[in-house]
Amino acid sequence: MDVLVCLKRVPLAGGTLILTPDSRDIETKHLGFGISPHEENAVEAGVQLVEQMGGTLTLLTLGPSDAEEQLRSQLAIGATRAVLIETDGQEWDPQGTAAALVDAITAEETKFDLIIFGAESADSAGYQIHIRVAHALGRPIVTNVKSMKIENGIANCERVVSTGREHYEAPLPAIVTVRDGLNIPRYPSVPGRMQARKKIVDMKKAEPRVPKLEKVTLALAPSKDKGAEILGKGADAVPALVDVLKQIGAF
Amino acid sequence: MSKLPVKAKCVVIGAGIVGNGMVYHLAKLGWRDIVQIDKGPLPNPGGSTGHASNFIFPVDHSKEMTAITAESMRQYKEWGTFTETGGIEVARSQERMQELARRITSAKSWGIEGGRILTPAEVKELVPYIDETVIVGGYYQPTVGVVDSLRTGTLMREAAAEMGAATSFANIEVLDITVANGRVTSVVTDQGTIEADYVVIATGCWSPKLAAMAGAHIPLTPAVHQMKDIGPVPFFAGTKGDIEWPIVRDMDVFMYERQHGTGLEIGSYAHRPILYTPEDLPSNATAALSPTEFAFTQADFDIQDEHAYELMPSIVGDENVREKYAINGILSYTPDGMPILGETPEVKGLWSVAAVWIKEGPGTSKSVAEWMVLGDSEIDLHSSNIARFHEHQKAQFHIKSRVDESFNKTYGIVHPLEQYASNRNVRLSPFYQAEKELGAVFYETAGWERPFWYECNKALVEKFGDKVMPRAAEWEARWWSPIINAEHLQMRESAGIVDLSAFTLFDITGPSALAVVQKAALRQMDVAIGRVVYTPILGPNGGFKSDLTIMRLGTDHFRVVTGGAHGMADKKWFSDLLPADGSAQIADLTSSYTTIGVWGPKSREIIQAITSTDMGKDAFKFSTCKVIEVGPLRVLASRISYVGDLGWEFYIPIEQGAKLWQMLWESGKKHEMIPVGIGVYGTTGRLEKCYRAYGPELETEYNVVEAGMQSPKLKDADFIGKAEHVKHRSETPVTLLCTLYVDDHTSSTGVKRYMMGNEPILTLDKQPIVDSHGRRSYVTSAGSAPSVGKHILMTYLPTELAVAGNKFIVEYLGEHYPCSVAQVGATPVFDATNERILA
Amino acid sequence: MILVLIDHDRGVIDPLSLRALTAARKLGHDIEAAVIGSDGASLAAITGEYGAKVLHVAAHAALTDYTPMASGRALKDLVEKLKPAAVLAAGSPRGNEQLAHLAAFLDIPMAAECSEITLGAPHHVLRARWAGNLIESANVHSDLLVATIVSFSIEPEAVQGAAASIAQFEPDLQPADTVVKILSRDSGETKGGVTLNDAKVIVSGGRGVGGPEGFGNLEELAALLGGTVGCSRVVTSSGWRPHAEQVGQTGTKVAPDLYIAAGISGAMQHIAGMKNSKTIVVINTDPEAPILRYADYAIIGDLHQVIPALTSAIRQAKG
Repeated sequence: MDVLVCLKRVPLAGGTLILTPDSRDIETKHLGFGISPHEENAVEAGVQLVEQMGGTLTLLTLGPSDAEEQLRSQLAIGATRAVLIETDGQEWDPQGTAAALVDAITAEETKFDLIIFGAESADSAGYQIHIRVAHALGRPIVTNVKSMKIENGIANCERVVSTGREHYEAPLPAIVTVRDGLNIPRYPSVPGRMQARKKIVDMKKAEPRVPKLEKVTLALAPSKDKGAEILGKGADAVPALVDVLKQIGAF
Repeated sequence: MSKLPVKAKCVVIGAGIVGNGMVYHLAKLGWRDIVQIDKGPLPNPGGSTGHASNFIFPVDHSKEMTAITAESMRQYKEWGTFTETGGIEVARSQERMQELARRITSAKSWGIEGGRILTPAEVKELVPYIDETVIVGGYYQPTVGVVDSLRTGTLMREAAAEMGAATSFANIEVLDITVANGRVTSVVTDQGTIEADYVVIATGCWSPKLAAMAGAHIPLTPAVHQMKDIGPVPFFAGTKGDIEWPIVRDMDVFMYERQHGTGLEIGSYAHRPILYTPEDLPSNATAALSPTEFAFTQADFDIQDEHAYELMPSIVGDENVREKYAINGILSYTPDGMPILGETPEVKGLWSVAAVWIKEGPGTSKSVAEWMVLGDSEIDLHSSNIARFHEHQKAQFHIKSRVDESFNKTYGIVHPLEQYASNRNVRLSPFYQAEKELGAVFYETAGWERPFWYECNKALVEKFGDKVMPRAAEWEARWWSPIINAEHLQMRESAGIVDLSAFTLFDITGPSALAVVQKAALRQMDVAIGRVVYTPILGPNGGFKSDLTIMRLGTDHFRVVTGGAHGMADKKWFSDLLPADGSAQIADLTSSYTTIGVWGPKSREIIQAITSTDMGKDAFKFSTCKVIEVGPLRVLASRISYVGDLGWEFYIPIEQGAKLWQMLWESGKKHEMIPVGIGVYGTTGRLEKCYRAYGPELETEYNVVEAGMQSPKLKDADFIGKAEHVKHRSETPVTLLCTLYVDDHTSSTGVKRYMMGNEPILTLDKQPIVDSHGRRSYVTSAGSAPSVGKHILMTYLPTELAVAGNKFIVEYLGEHYPCSVAQVGATPVFDATNERILA
Repeated sequence: MILVLIDHDRGVIDPLSLRALTAARKLGHDIEAAVIGSDGASLAAITGEYGAKVLHVAAHAALTDYTPMASGRALKDLVEKLKPAAVLAAGSPRGNEQLAHLAAFLDIPMAAECSEITLGAPHHVLRARWAGNLIESANVHSDLLVATIVSFSIEPEAVQGAAASIAQFEPDLQPADTVVKILSRDSGETKGGVTLNDAKVIVSGGRGVGGPEGFGNLEELAALLGGTVGCSRVVTSSGWRPHAEQVGQTGTKVAPDLYIAAGISGAMQHIAGMKNSKTIVVINTDPEAPILRYADYAIIGDLHQVIPALTSAIRQAKG
């Protein structure tokens, strides 16, 4: 079984974001980088599949050359090799990103049985790259998967929806996007780190396209302090809270 | 939460281990009305205290650092926040084994007992999870331990509050520190302004930013220290509490490993220096973890992973032991590696307690609080004094380049004479080019490039043969040359010219000038115009604060001449004594005048040949100065000597320095005058004359009588430390500074070894020697005395043992060498009656 | 004309779709609605009430259950037929997914999670990023605007319009559109029949709860208030509670009438999942915890004392 996991390097932000002076990006000089939370589950799923079924796990990202750091970390968890489509560091729009991923995937010798994405990126949350890739590759796709089994060339997937759970099956080769909760992602070990240093990261270039979804600026969402009414300290404040709960009709 | 007060005696900014320690110790010493603020939440406001590894190795080559660490450990134990675990420094090389022996030696000198060298097998017994085949041995210190610094800080803060002395406020951001007439007046915060008589900056890596608000400087830089926590380790599964196993320092790869619960923490000082500025540090709100915990950069740690794997393969190499937590933690680094303590020279009432690590926190706080409340600290803090920095040393370039160079020496083997390679050639004397052509080997002091010896004198090594006392062992030969001793011997035969441009010079003038120098100096300063007085400067406890020379140039005009290294601290000391009414002023002339010394039996002839002034024995008496004419130049000549020979120091405006040098040089040619480096001036010349130096021999802990420097007559005028000094004179000293000879230099391998200073002096049965005040005997200075053919050790010995001829043992790099007292007190071992100087 | 995709589950409308209809109306065009699957025909009245003139019903045997690629195909067919100026849907997982398929079929851009739309050339949108912490101002270069409306950015407003007229059509589904097959559906792991999504009251615990055993008190309080228990990400990653209870960007985004956050400091990603709750009560020992900025009421104190006291006080009050 050959698995591909697509990743995105994103800043690991604290409680409050700050923007660069031109308001086009997040100020990252204080921040480290990681991958989006759901993608950690994607890599873990890939590692487990290869552990169970054999085969290879390839990582693919599009980003600045520094994204090698994120690829190495995930290689340390057990991926086989990685491909980095190097950009100039600018954010690409979803269509451009998807096209570059598709080009890189079709250029690979390996025909991946399963391509896994995280359900959404932490930063841009465009909700579409995986679908565009599925269309371009002519593959079935199941999104928001929280449980998955691969048997007899079929991906059995469970997704959680507002009404409960839905079970889908998709024949391989397929694409899935996974959510936090699918598994518990492991952290690298030191031997894993050491092995990762020797693994191959293929650097590729892609020509940027004129963005159709064109970012102009970013702004911080207004988050005004609601000015919580402090009802008191400790258990002494409970009667005041009971009054509030009565008022709002909580019981 | 109560409202921020509008007035306080003292505002302490910072609630890390230092800020909390300051609040507590100021309160304990009786101060009230203290307000503590921090921009972060309590109890962990997000500074370096919050992520520190918290272990303490009590040993350092610096006496000051060891004393502060020992005091800190004592306090941690008192608060019940210290866990003794023992610690092992392992060596992967023979060179490191020698260094470990040296560390044990330093430990003994500073009174830290229990250290011993272990074989690899013995290390393995104590730490079963190391691979003993990668090491050649270790140094075990059983008193190593781990502290809870956050808890200690909280306890200290609460104790201060209980005394009714201090109130603490979290989440207060300082916007400004205001100053009026050179004195701090208030702290402006986002929640109001607090007027204050004193402001203490205890904000670690943010300190430079806060100091700058008041126009002061705290020259440090935030730097990254990487650490990684891995686990759970099956081997540690059964451990109880935070720590059970000894801490391991893998010295040759600049790393440490410590068990922490079921995890193993791996820390490193081996990665590339990663420096920030305080402005780079994020706020508590924008930081992903905390403002001083940056994202771990794995690429910088790749090699460290391998080194940790080598040493502890069973744990680090276990695929199932995974990274739990890894950070680039921010620590404070200074350009010379020492903390930055004391009142800022720029602003009165504004105090810095910065670049203090966990192992030093409580002890430093206590000492600085004593300094603030009582005027001086019990532990001598001269190496940490904020006043030590020269102007150029406050430049970002200097800070960054020195820290960049020294970061990887945190666990390095640093030779006592090791020179910095970065940011050199900053201060050059007018003779620099001439010296370079003579093959000068330059060492740096206070930014000045000073010839330590001259390669052009190489031929003299042959001339003097074995008298230059050649050194066979690489360690003592490093940063040394036999040429130094050859220069010394030649100077004693003919004459030597010495570049003394690095002197710090400042003039004190005005109607109150005499009162100021009288107040500072132990010796009588109400002397005739033209007198030169060498005098100790005492602290309030009668211990030494400095020693220097003061020339009386006029009724209201004195010139202070002092060493470059300590010059800025001296300048602050005198500045603090200036009366408020402006009736005395201080002017720094360091960069206006250069100084040349010419000494040796031929010096009078050399100088007389180029001046019309009578330089004769009686016409120009020792300890006097006057302006002489040398060709076109008018030169201030001062007849004193720090090398034990007839000669003068010449002070000349810096632009005329080259001309004077050239004239002296030409005149000296026919007398075989040679250029002489600081190796002679600072070590060999001084040591055989038994001259004491500030720092090694003279420090707060010792008094004038113990140093053998009391004058027969005590001046009437008051001076700082007088009451204590009077007391010292009336008592029998419990210790006396002695000069010892090493009787046999031969080591177990047959190589002659030469001590370098700081070694313990032991009784013949190898026991440490402690005086009745608890002070240990150790070598304060060591060096060649070529004219007497001996290697000299200076040491304080308990009075009853301070008898000429008494035999002792000096421990050096783990071996023992016999030595004996050559001289008790200040009488020189060479030319005891000073005939040469007075010639 | 603006076409709004109405999401439903076998005829039960997703209320977020009404917000999308309301947002579409503000753009000053005629509104038509589309539903996927013949069950959707029952929504003519409500879509009309919210301003849709026509309800296009994609009827096909394969469209009974959620089949997003087929939805995209059906929308593509409609768009080609109706030539709307924009296609909008709710910024829900389903809304985003179906419109992404549409955009992929047409190879045109899509702007997800918009809070403001200005039609033009180019179109201009404001869209939420970083779990709602950032607003991106973006231009969309395409004739047809495909966009989803960020949840909770707008309150649904009815216009009391007549029922929409039904226009059935059969999309020209391709085999590839229905390769993914639904096998089964169930109501999931809910306790007492209340899921996080439809709970009116959520009692949520964070790191401050201290361990799995600490959640007993929270469960008791939740049951008493007819609600359910939620938790922060650190709780699920520590294995104290199942992931299904996680509130936040990577868990479930909720907006109950009452959200009680106990021992939760308020990481950005947790706030993103609960800040739209009607009333937020915080119980925390740290008066500086970031979550207080979002709270209506707070008790500064230890949840292990406050929660049991609250439970017994409510019991008493209920009599």
